[in-house]
Amino acid sequence: MARTLINLPKTARAGDVITIKTLISHPMETGFRPGADGRILPRNIVTEFVCRFEGEEIFRAELFPASAANPYLTFTWVATASGRFTFTWRGDDGFDQTESAPIAVA
Amino acid sequence: MRTMKPGRSGTVDRRRVLAGTAGSVLALALRPAAAAQPRTETTESAIRRFAGDNPIRPGRVSLDLPPLVENGNTVPLSISVESPMTQADHVRRIGVFNERNPQPNVVTLHLRPGAGRAQVATRIRLADTQRITAIAEMSDGTYWSASADAIVTLAACLEG
Repeated sequence: MARTLINLPKTARAGDVITIKTLISHPMETGFRPGADGRILPRNIVTEFVCRFEGEEIFRAELFPASAANPYLTFTWVATASGRFTFTWRGDDGFDQTESAPIAVA
Repeated sequence: MRTMKPGRSGTVDRRRVLAGTAGSVLALALRPAAAAQPRTETTESAIRRFAGDNPIRPGRVSLDLPPLVENGNTVPLSISVESPMTQADHVRRIGVFNERNPQPNVVTLHLRPGAGRAQVATRIRLADTQRITAIAEMSDGTYWSASADAIVTLAACLEG
């Protein structure tokens, strides 16, 4: 399991615009770079990131080799109700990881 | 007291200058060959795959990228689009494209009306000094773009 960092406020007032920051530890090998033996290293990247709130997709990113290692993404969402965000990263070699974080809306 | 012979010292200087110029011309001529990488697709065709044949107008998008990049392996990039992000008027997608990486796509972001603001940030790789273009697709089907230039001293993909 890759290490992830997810940063969002634990509580918010209804109508607040919250900023969600996510990062996952991943080498993001581009597939264009030669290794120590001079041969091109095979591509190994995260290709897709999806954030859902209570099952509804709120943000999606398609990533390419031009993403830096340990892909970092920040985006915003208007807090309307308490619930749970889930974050899913998918990539090469069957990479698939899901994390979640709750929010309490007063 | 010795007097400098202007003619002679002039010749030496000219020789040195000529040698120096030849050296830098050679260095410039060799550099692109070393940095050249086959591209999977042209930037233009990647943009057309994103936007179709719709006209792309400059404006509404702002792209924040450091103008001078020391390390191309991780370059902070933030994009914001002027949009109320309501059901009737919001940003659907943002595509980011490069000019000189091996592959023209950088990232494609899908946004929803409930986002409140059309504001995203990520970190990217740059293989060379180049121009980055962000294109936003609005809910009314119009496309808006912005570009930013970055000078890269240590390139990604080749080293590191």
